[in-house]
Amino acid sequence: MLSAAPGGRVHGRSAGLGERLIEVGLLGCGLLSIFTTAGILFVLAIETFAFFREVTLAQFFFDTQWTPLFADKHFGIWPLVSGTVLTSGIAILVALPFGLLAAIYLSEFAEQRVRKVLKPALEILAGVPTIVYGYFALVFVTPILQAMIPGLAGFNSLSAGMIMGMMIIPMISSMTEDALYAVPNSLREGAYALGATRLSTIFRVVLPAAVSGIAASVILAISRAVGETMIVAIAAGQQPRLTLDPRLPVETMTTYIVQVSMGDTPAGTLEYRSIFVVGAALFVMTFTMNFVSQRLTRRYRSAV
Amino acid sequence: MASAGAPTAPEKLRMTQSAHSRPGRPRENSVNSEEAATKFRVRRLAAWFGSQQVLHGLDLDISKQRVTAIIGPSGCGKSTFIRCLNRMHELVPSARVGGEVRLDDEDIYGPGVDPVLLRRRVGMVFQKPNPFPSMSIRDNVLAGLRLTHQLARAHANEINEKALRSAALWDEVKDRLDEPGAGLSGGQQQRLCIARALAVEPDVLLMDEPCSALDPIATARIEDLIHTLRERYTIVIVTHNMQQAARVSDRTAFLLTGELVEYAPTDRIFTAPSDKRTEDYITGKFG
Repeated sequence: MLSAAPGGRVHGRSAGLGERLIEVGLLGCGLLSIFTTAGILFVLAIETFAFFREVTLAQFFFDTQWTPLFADKHFGIWPLVSGTVLTSGIAILVALPFGLLAAIYLSEFAEQRVRKVLKPALEILAGVPTIVYGYFALVFVTPILQAMIPGLAGFNSLSAGMIMGMMIIPMISSMTEDALYAVPNSLREGAYALGATRLSTIFRVVLPAAVSGIAASVILAISRAVGETMIVAIAAGQQPRLTLDPRLPVETMTTYIVQVSMGDTPAGTLEYRSIFVVGAALFVMTFTMNFVSQRLTRRYRSAV
Repeated sequence: MASAGAPTAPEKLRMTQSAHSRPGRPRENSVNSEEAATKFRVRRLAAWFGSQQVLHGLDLDISKQRVTAIIGPSGCGKSTFIRCLNRMHELVPSARVGGEVRLDDEDIYGPGVDPVLLRRRVGMVFQKPNPFPSMSIRDNVLAGLRLTHQLARAHANEINEKALRSAALWDEVKDRLDEPGAGLSGGQQQRLCIARALAVEPDVLLMDEPCSALDPIATARIEDLIHTLRERYTIVIVTHNMQQAARVSDRTAFLLTGELVEYAPTDRIFTAPSDKRTEDYITGKFG
């Protein structure tokens, strides 16, 4: 602005109306996402409250069946929770070792050139649409698994969980690699100077120093798996079942929401409200995990 | 882990004593450095980072159970030099070493030498204290033995106490051994790193500007410690601080742009240097 020239005036405002408008516009964009979140929370809370006026908390927490769409209605949340926990658990069992080892390789062994190619290549896995993963699990992985595992149903949590695990490998490997890379080299040198080998340096010094970053990545990956919808809706089935047998069809919380919202359930009914209750429960689960993950990340940033 | 006293010298060491008093180096016989066995024999030592040569053929002998100081301006290759003595230099990608370094008459760059085993004999303390953040004080001290799978559980407390006493840290931390090592003050952290290095029972301790991140009081404590450790260990210390070199060392080497300008008993270097460049450096004309 010309008014700020040497010897010129210093009182008044240099920013014109245009700049003020831009400022307000940017603020509005920021507020929009906050309002959206608040709105979602508000709707969830209202519908959940309405739901619990008709169904008691005891029915919700102490029943072992979930059949809101049947004549004989049961509202026990645990079959949906077990479906979610089972598929996510299988996903983590697959993703954790592969993600961790990939991260160790990228951070500690790979040359800079290899690292520059491999890391983005791995991250492409996360960019594949989840519906593609879902059909991949259903029409490709499940038949292969059925040939090996007797009693494996066409819809099952094993195949869905494994493919979901593939999907979240890059989340774990990428964030873990960042955490390992952030470990100061002086610690590695300190270990080498004591006569440590490369492997004991990695497993006893570097990994423990990055543990909160690694934990954060794992928790975030779990919450991604818990919230994942398409893969489990397509490949894991739609039968709420309180089981930990990975060969059977199950229904996850997300799948139930899809099932009901795709159907012709009229608004305002108890069936309709049940999806908000499940949504609220899901929200509490993922929110808790994201919160813990953020706390851990902050701790590892301040520790390094 | 029995030796509280001098590390037991290998048989070969005795042969090098005669090799030490070679002709052509009269300045090695000075008042305060009586005949001492050679620990390191460095010949034509050269080092590179990629295509950049940082050491240009150094020749020097480092005496056993003496303190040898390496001084010189920034970038002269001091740190690179001592990192060649425990083969830490080669950990940097593209780094390369030429020439010969003999430890107790054994070529440490010879075929069949495992740098990992070498580093258990040649300990190192770094510029910035680097205790392992995930470990307690005790675990830091024992880290070297754990990392190398040599720790006998029955002796752990004994080793821990002995190493911390040797590093003059025991009295300050004996009541909080399970607290994190990173919670100590900078000077204490550095002594913890010294204790950690000593617990592996090396014969040599390399110190790369160990006091540059410390205040004067903490520095004085480390220097006192160096005086005591001298009786048991061969110490090579890189320092920016010429007073420190004068205070702690028996011999001093002056490096300039990767070359050894002068290597003599410390009192001679600081009172009657024979090279004009040494004199200019220690009187503060450059550096």
